[in-house]
Amino acid sequence: MLLTGIAFYIFAAVLVAAAVMVISAKNPVHSVLYLIVCFFNAAGLFVLMGAEFVAMILVIVYVGAVAVLFLFVVMMLDINFQELRQGFLQYLPIGGLIGLVLAIELLLIVGTWVIAPETSAVAAAPSPAIDAVTNTEALGRIMYTQYVYAFQASGLILLVAMIGAIVLTLRSREGVRKQSITQQVQRKREEVLAVRKVPTRGGV
Amino acid sequence: MEIGLSHYLVVAAILFTLGVFGIFLNRRNVIIILMSIELILLSVNINLVAFSVFLNDLVGQVFAMFILTVAAAEAAIGLAILVVYFRNRGSIAVEDINMMKG
Repeated sequence: MLLTGIAFYIFAAVLVAAAVMVISAKNPVHSVLYLIVCFFNAAGLFVLMGAEFVAMILVIVYVGAVAVLFLFVVMMLDINFQELRQGFLQYLPIGGLIGLVLAIELLLIVGTWVIAPETSAVAAAPSPAIDAVTNTEALGRIMYTQYVYAFQASGLILLVAMIGAIVLTLRSREGVRKQSITQQVQRKREEVLAVRKVPTRGGV
Repeated sequence: MEIGLSHYLVVAAILFTLGVFGIFLNRRNVIIILMSIELILLSVNINLVAFSVFLNDLVGQVFAMFILTVAAAEAAIGLAILVVYFRNRGSIAVEDINMMKG
């Protein structure tokens, strides 16, 4: 139990510290790297809670895909990031004020509310005992039965996002010589080949 | 040193606040704003999973995965729009995004 507590505080502290660095780092590349630290520590918290599958998915999807995407975009765009940081201090007071108010409100909610005693009786999908079924299997059992339509819909969302991203960023550049197979196949002999009778000393 | 539901909720609340704060702090840089949105979604995920575990109900984890999906799609589309915008205008400052006079 003590070990769990220590692990929780380490994960939480690193998570919050990395989140602070994400929003305050001078270099956006460092921001992305701190974001990766954030995701790893959140995954650690999930493992601590016993939600291993979501933790692993978090690492795979966020660190493996989203963070790398951010890294690519940050490194590909040629931007003067110093210029973008102007006004950082100008927005600090108002942002700090709003953040403080929000934090106090959220902490008041967390501190004062209690769970109704009959909550566990109305659970939509009570999680089975951990020694009977693993977390992954239990999740799969309800995700592919009870929530199969939502699951398919999330797949459709990903498909639309993929097509949208491709359509947005794809451009056909002029003046680049590329192999066009349809053009090659459609070429007719009459269009490209001409047999001329060349008179002697006359030329074409 | 019993770690209960409220411990996780406090962490998620701090993370959410940091995300909102980050949006205000980096008002000129769209990339950091997108990262702040990711932080906010992460805090929501922590909330969902914490409730799911401590109320013994698996639905929270299922919806955490749906949020993950939507977050990935949102990041991809946002970054694609950013790349197209940068190609057209040569900058990503938020103040420059005023072509539609909104």
